[in-house]
Amino acid sequence: MTTLRNVGALVEKEWRHYFGSPIAYVALFIWTVLFGGFYVLVMNRFVAYSLRAGMSEMGGGPKLSLNDWVISGVLHNMAVVALFITPMLTMRLFAEEKRQGTMELLETAPLTSWQIIAGKFFGAVALYLLMIVSGLVNFALLWHYATTPPEWKPLATGVLALLLVGSCFISLGLFVSTLTRNQIVAGTLTFGLLLGIWILGWMDDPSAGPVAKAFAYLGLLTHLEDLMKGVIDLKDLVFYLSFIVFGLFLAHQSVESQRWRA
Amino acid sequence: MIEVENLTKRYGRQTAVDGISFRVHKGEILGFLGPNGAGKTTTMRILTCYLPPTDGTARVAGYDVFEQPLEVKRRVGYMPETPPLYPDMDVGAFLDFCAKIKGVPAKGRKAKIADAMEKTRVTDVRRTLIGRLSKGYRQRVGLAQAILHNPDVLILDEPTAGLDPKQIIETRELIKGLGGEHTVVLSTHILPEVSMTCGRVVIINKGRVVAEDTPENLTHRLQGAATVRLEVKGAEEGLETFLSGVAGVKSVRQLRAGVYEVDAEPGRDVRADLARAVIARGLDLVGLQQAGMSLEEIFLHLTTTDLTDGPPAATPPPPATAEGVPQ
Repeated sequence: MTTLRNVGALVEKEWRHYFGSPIAYVALFIWTVLFGGFYVLVMNRFVAYSLRAGMSEMGGGPKLSLNDWVISGVLHNMAVVALFITPMLTMRLFAEEKRQGTMELLETAPLTSWQIIAGKFFGAVALYLLMIVSGLVNFALLWHYATTPPEWKPLATGVLALLLVGSCFISLGLFVSTLTRNQIVAGTLTFGLLLGIWILGWMDDPSAGPVAKAFAYLGLLTHLEDLMKGVIDLKDLVFYLSFIVFGLFLAHQSVESQRWRA
Repeated sequence: MIEVENLTKRYGRQTAVDGISFRVHKGEILGFLGPNGAGKTTTMRILTCYLPPTDGTARVAGYDVFEQPLEVKRRVGYMPETPPLYPDMDVGAFLDFCAKIKGVPAKGRKAKIADAMEKTRVTDVRRTLIGRLSKGYRQRVGLAQAILHNPDVLILDEPTAGLDPKQIIETRELIKGLGGEHTVVLSTHILPEVSMTCGRVVIINKGRVVAEDTPENLTHRLQGAATVRLEVKGAEEGLETFLSGVAGVKSVRQLRAGVYEVDAEPGRDVRADLARAVIARGLDLVGLQQAGMSLEEIFLHLTTTDLTDGPPAATPPPPATAEGVPQ
């Protein structure tokens, strides 16, 4: 009960910072513009392809799926966009508190380190969720205009995938933010690490050896495929959740150890 | 209320706090006096569970700071040297956040915030962003944050730093008013400040307690009233009264058998007279030394000017005494 109240107060405080500064507006703006942009591009291509398919096969061929083409396509692109935007959300989480000396306020209040970390993590994830939801407005058009509306299940799992992968980015960014009092350092380092992890996924080709495969397994984006198709595979969920918990664990260790070294 | 036993804090090879011990009773206002870098802030940070001690124990309100930090934190209001504030929040929102994380129940939270703002006189800026406040207001918001949840123990690190003379007087009045109900520990390097607010003073220097007394006695010892320690062999009954009769002696205390502490009147060196008197009485004088000299040396490092005493314009900068030891 007190845990919930404490974490809630911290989430609220993080939102005050996000919306009291340009961060939230810039992030939401970039995200929705790119979401809309990708949506328009993918949609145009989809319309062109389905027209061509319809003419050559006289409508006999299998119909192109809105789910596979449009929704999954856009969500995939947005996962990469998230990789660029989430460092912006996480870089100040701890770095700023350390710089302005407010860590002292948090650490002398009856809060545990886990509560502080959870409050900051969920604060950032909540803003990220708001970004996702505001992008989804684009898809509402599909239900309104398409003759055969897309299935909602792959959309739901796709959104879940986007949320999970973004939460992994945030968890890692949160940890990096505990390491420094400089926001720029935290942001740049997070971005570099995320980019590295993204590139790991490229090692995943059929001819790759076991070592390359193992590294590729760590590539966060490679685990998106099944979820984007609407398949919930436990091993993907476990992968994402363990990644998140590991990031938060590192953040916790870092915060605790700094008290001893201070 | 606060029991500190042999507390030690080392930063790497540097010792910031070196085995200090003291006690603070319920309702007491204790002044923590010492030059910059003496270990005041470090001690306070340990008491508020911000830093773990390297050695020794500290108990606040019956709870060990290391074993049960959450219980201690619930009962302590802490105002660090630089008030920890979020510049992008307004005062009301900031105090609301502080009340929540300090576990003030939703019912009555508003009243408590209003009360704290009233006491620290920040009600008129409650809608102002903290980043736009002057230093004096920030300091008071920091104080409001500390007293918000009505804690048993208040730990204030230089609460009057950066305030103007009028605000200093107001803040001292406020702190005085907090004593009795709350136990207060406040640190300062301004000597007159403690005599105005505190019931008892602990002076620390280079991480050690060098004196612990009431402000009256301390100021007294400082006004050139030298204390002489006298060791006499074959001491007899009534020697105390005899020594009191020596010219220039103000008072005599017996520390243990044969050892006396003699306070001289201000500006008088009574050592020669004392020695003659003891020998004339047929006793052996085996030791005679000036006590309390180290105190004076320490006080040379203390800023003894007080803004509220004179014209505020003539403020000499505090002497640069911060050496090495991080706070």
